[in-house]
Amino acid sequence: MAGDVAAKYNQLAQQAKETLAKRSEDEKIRIQVGWATCESAAGADDVAEAFRKHILESGRSDVVLRRVGCTGRCSREPIVSVMLPGKMPVKYEQVTGELAGEIFHSHVLGGSAVASGILDSDAYKPLKYELYLCGGPKCQHRLPWDAKQAFKDSVSAAGLEHEIALSDASCFGLCGRAAAEDVVFVLVRPSNVVYRVTRPEDVEEIVQKHLKGGRPVEQLVSKDEPISRRFFDLYGDVAFFHQQSRIALRNSGIIDPRSIEEYIYYRGFAALAKVLGEAKPASVIEQISQSNLRGRGGAGYPTGTKWRMAASQQADRKYIICNADEGDPGAFMDRSMLEGDPFSVLEGMAIGAYAISNGGESAISGYFYIRAEYPMAIKRVTAAIGLARKWGLLGKNILDSGFDFDVDIRLGAGAFVCGEETSLIHSIQGERGQPHIRPPYPTTKGLWGKPTVINNVETLANVPAVIDFGPKWFSQIGTERSGGTKVFALAGKVRHTGLVEVPMGTTLREIVFDIGGGPPGGVALKAVQTGGPAGGVIPASQIDTIVDFDTLTAAGSIMGSGGMIVMDQTDCMVDIARYYMSFSQDESCGKCTPCREGTMRMLEILTRICNGEGKSDDLDKLERLGKLIKKASLCGLGRAAPNPVLSTLKHFRHEYEAHVNEKRCPVGKCPMKAVTRAEPVPSAVQFVAESGGRA
Amino acid sequence: MSVSATDNWPKVEAQSKSCLPERLVKLIESHRGDENPQGALIEVLHAVQGHFGFLGKEELDAVAQLMQVPAAKVTGVATFYHFFRLRPRGKYIINVCMGTACYVKGASAVAQRVQQELGIEFGETSPDGIFSLVSSRCIGTCGLAPVVMIGEEVFPKVQPDQIPAMLAKYKKLAAEPPPGD
Ligand SMILES: Cc1cc2nc3c(=O)[nH]c(=O)nc-3n(C[C@H](O)[C@H](O)[C@H](O)COP(=O)(O)O)c2cc1C
Ligand code: SF4
Ligand code: FES
Ligand code: FES
Repeated sequence: MAGDVAAKYNQLAQQAKETLAKRSEDEKIRIQVGWATCESAAGADDVAEAFRKHILESGRSDVVLRRVGCTGRCSREPIVSVMLPGKMPVKYEQVTGELAGEIFHSHVLGGSAVASGILDSDAYKPLKYELYLCGGPKCQHRLPWDAKQAFKDSVSAAGLEHEIALSDASCFGLCGRAAAEDVVFVLVRPSNVVYRVTRPEDVEEIVQKHLKGGRPVEQLVSKDEPISRRFFDLYGDVAFFHQQSRIALRNSGIIDPRSIEEYIYYRGFAALAKVLGEAKPASVIEQISQSNLRGRGGAGYPTGTKWRMAASQQADRKYIICNADEGDPGAFMDRSMLEGDPFSVLEGMAIGAYAISNGGESAISGYFYIRAEYPMAIKRVTAAIGLARKWGLLGKNILDSGFDFDVDIRLGAGAFVCGEETSLIHSIQGERGQPHIRPPYPTTKGLWGKPTVINNVETLANVPAVIDFGPKWFSQIGTERSGGTKVFALAGKVRHTGLVEVPMGTTLREIVFDIGGGPPGGVALKAVQTGGPAGGVIPASQIDTIVDFDTLTAAGSIMGSGGMIVMDQTDCMVDIARYYMSFSQDESCGKCTPCREGTMRMLEILTRICNGEGKSDDLDKLERLGKLIKKASLCGLGRAAPNPVLSTLKHFRHEYEAHVNEKRCPVGKCPMKAVTRAEPVPSAVQFVAESGGRA
Repeated sequence: MSVSATDNWPKVEAQSKSCLPERLVKLIESHRGDENPQGALIEVLHAVQGHFGFLGKEELDAVAQLMQVPAAKVTGVATFYHFFRLRPRGKYIINVCMGTACYVKGASAVAQRVQQELGIEFGETSPDGIFSLVSSRCIGTCGLAPVVMIGEEVFPKVQPDQIPAMLAKYKKLAAEPPPGD
């Protein structure tokens, strides 16, 4: 029978705390090196090895090397953080073995940072304190007076202007939890304190007592902990980061993804313990619904509704599947999350399992469906599952609640269509991954005919945060119809490629320019592609479009899973459309004719246009075919395949016309000569990682 | 699931087992009692390819027999997924990412140069058996585009002119005697 869940959880939390206390890392000098596929590709492993050797040689026992997931700062990797106790953390970019030696001797041992290697060094100043004032386009608790100006005045009056920096940060996510009064939250680094400021007098007090006197003002300290505090604490000084709101990525790049102790220490599994302790599965679903959490896998289906449908089914067994197939070429959010914080996803899945099984009324088990191209993610998830079992957080009688749930891994095998839920189910069943017609939806009849919920990695990573911080908090961060944040994988012609998590409702301009730094080399932006092969382009003229499911659809693209490819004036829109069409044609599973034949015909036309052999009625043909395929195809792949073509035709028809009528590619990208096929579009996606079964 | 006992089953079983290393036979047998045994098929194929580098006809037949899944079904699955290879491959796989991020950052020029240097097309193996050339739709390091993988090593931000040196490195590795254990 159910025991005392809270007591059991507290026991685990205590155990985690003790283990970490034994390591006493807080008092030591910490060198933190990223560890993810992207970091390794950039050379992080060699860098970590170099630090390890230096530490060994120095004989210092007060210096520790930590490995964490990635922060999503791809273009600057490998990234190394050096944290001296009580000092501001310093981050280095593009660290090499040589720079590692320099950092070690000058900074770690000698205490003075190596200025030339510092991340975004143009913006770096050695400071005593940094203050971050929360805010966001939707902030409903804005003060009637200018808090930033008040701080500025007060800091200069105290003569501290050279030691203190003031920055605007994205919403900390505290406002939804605060009372309905006007407030601004201020995070002070490196003291790691968050103030709740409501009156001008508060400002003066903080400046005098804390910034000048060095003692935090206890009565102004916020009682609530912002979800992203640890993140700001480490990375807040970097503009790329402090304009983000990290919820799904709350732990990525901060905790060691192989340590369940660290995860638990930072409130990990608290949400699961809460849910199991309260034993009200229906209320879990209600909370998820209230939060306005919508599926991050692309379609934006309300997660609460999906769970409710599965929960309402009578069945002896149900399934929950985490869709980690991440097939959109150019997207890597899910990989980063699985590599950097696998426990959050696992916890979200366990909460979902509890809810849809009506608290264990039906037996339930779970699957991670991970693409085989992600060997490191597979390893991390495998390890996380093992640890969770060992700690009694998976398996029988989880946390003494009487609830049983376990998870297994299934690998994808390189078929984009397997990300579609019905074909994913066939694939797990060991069959060819071809979709079937819905209804019945998987929530009624899914894996092996049983009610099944399929959720994306990022959706599940948000679930513990919703439960832990409350649905109201989550829904307030987003727009009216989409709660929370969205993670985008920013790539292509943009200075700071990487992962960006922003509140729903942020504009594309803020993402591409303020965070991403715009296209490099002074070339003008042409368009932003969202949604990958199922999406479309948003032209530069509509850069102030806000991101959420509905607005992006209205603009002729889709949110998709979060791939965001920035294109500048040197990119040809016809070429891009042809590229996506070749992708969809190649990945079409061949089950239904409109998609199989239609994508082939569209690709033929596009190829001929790129080769300078376009005919005058080709554009009309493309449009007609596109509309037909959208209407008549069986699954989402076919139904979305024409989108990149239709949206480029809508916004960049003149480029198509130049190709067809003048036999000219305006940017000089297309071959424009008569050859049978444009450049070789590889026909088989093959990959080689040696990964046997349950890697 | 019970294994169907045809008259010649002992012989078929022994022959099938002899095609596969013991580890894989054990893996297959560990799934015999599963509620849905065919669910393990893709996992088994991953393991077989992990061992042999590709899925040969004999091995596929052996898997079909030992798992008691029709051979047509096994072949159907093996041919459906891009990840599975039905032919032997070179010692090192060169994988040129042709995902969107890499594509807009010049992956085509990189691909062309690799083909030119090796004198082979995608899907082919170099005559000396050292390299097989494949492409993928994204290996998830888009922020470092364009990306090429050789063996397990990921090369970030590749320029076509770097290709000869990258290939030379692995040619040299291939020529070295394998490290003795
Ligand atoms: C062709 C195709 C590919 C898809 N690929 C993925 C994918 O890689 N990852 C994913 O989470 N969802 C993918 N989806 C969406 C899934 O079918 C499904 O809607 C999603 O996993 C549901 O989870 P969510 O409600 O949490 O978003 C794809 C859909 C289609 C039609
Ligand atoms: S739309 Fe395309 S991918 Fe989907 S079932 Fe039809 S042929 Fe297959
Ligand atoms: S805007 Fe202040 S915490 Fe959200
Ligand atoms: S597109 Fe090449 S790594 Fe993602």
